[in-house]
Amino acid sequence: MAEKKPGVFTGPLWTNNPVVVQVLGICSALAVTTQMKPALVMGISLTCVLAFANVIISLLRNTIPNRIRIIVQLVVVAALVIIVNQILKAYAFEVSKQLSVYVGLIITNCILMGRLEAFALGNKPWPALLDGLGNGLGYAIILFVVATFREFFGSGTLFGFDVIARFVNEAGYDGYQNCGFFVMPSAALILLGCIIWYLRAKNPDLQDK
Amino acid sequence: MEYLNLFVKSIFIDNMIFALFLGMCSYLAVSKTVKTAVGLGAAVTFVLLVTLPVNYLLNETVLKPGYFGEGIDLSYLSFIVFIAVIAAIVQIVEMVVEKFFPALYGSLGIFLPLIAVNCAILGGSLFMQQKEFENIGYAAVYALGSGIGWLFAIACIAAIREKLSYSHIPAPLKGLGITFIATGLMAIAFLSFSGIQL
Repeated sequence: MAEKKPGVFTGPLWTNNPVVVQVLGICSALAVTTQMKPALVMGISLTCVLAFANVIISLLRNTIPNRIRIIVQLVVVAALVIIVNQILKAYAFEVSKQLSVYVGLIITNCILMGRLEAFALGNKPWPALLDGLGNGLGYAIILFVVATFREFFGSGTLFGFDVIARFVNEAGYDGYQNCGFFVMPSAALILLGCIIWYLRAKNPDLQDK
Repeated sequence: MEYLNLFVKSIFIDNMIFALFLGMCSYLAVSKTVKTAVGLGAAVTFVLLVTLPVNYLLNETVLKPGYFGEGIDLSYLSFIVFIAVIAAIVQIVEMVVEKFFPALYGSLGIFLPLIAVNCAILGGSLFMQQKEFENIGYAAVYALGSGIGWLFAIACIAAIREKLSYSHIPAPLKGLGITFIATGLMAIAFLSFSGIQL
């Protein structure tokens, strides 16, 4: 191990990943991963929202009354998500159709509330920005890994570009069948379970007693 | 008949956990024992049943294009309106439960306020908006069906996890990993319901 204590930015990328270690934000991580393009757009959207929300809440942290902080956080996040949704509708309409309600569900993504509560409320804006970017990218990485498996095996494509069928046809075979199981919701659950399995086997500190 | 069809469909085919992955966070966190799981499932069903019709009415009136006059379209505000309604209603439910069911409040503890940020609740409202139901009855039936589907899923996984705690599982797979894989297998089982028409 190169470093004992992971930094604010690099920690969440792998060793303290929000999805597979902190177990936050599973809902959308599973739903948008049938193809890589929506998964990538979703990862970027969440990273932007999380970084901005972290900075805003961190700037406001001394003025928010403790009792109504959840509502304040929700309003800030909802406003940011509305902006992201409008931008996606304007510039990436096809992807925004595929993502359907899951863009709106960024509001209730547990990563956001978790990071705002645990980090932004008690830290200065600059570390909060790094924390937001790190956690957002950590989420995006997991999305990307799951989506790569699901698109490659489920549809035989990568980013919509035909990989397997072209290769098989050029070699002169036909009759290749995609594994439809990977497109189904259950595959996402099992894949994520396997990623967690791998991670915990590598890093015994994370294992349940 | 239409209502019954929608009800069965929202429980089994469009199941919130197995098909749409809504509310996974609390599903994983609160499913260690059947009793608390059922309590949370009931709370989610109840909150869904209250919030969805309210959000339906708001969506049909205030958020409809042209409601406040020609050329005024507030539909882009739907996210913020929905989440505000949900947060307010959850606050009320929390106070009621604390006052009248202290035992349930004790066992649910921190997770009750978290219902506000449970994706299942907001997701229910957003899917309701997307499905464009004809009247409020459909919205209520959809809410009840989705809630029961969620309750069903969390009760099942809690029962499985209670049994699993006595079995020999490889250490890295213990807890979270095996829960994910068990959920995946349950999702495969639920696929057999697809195509049911009443």
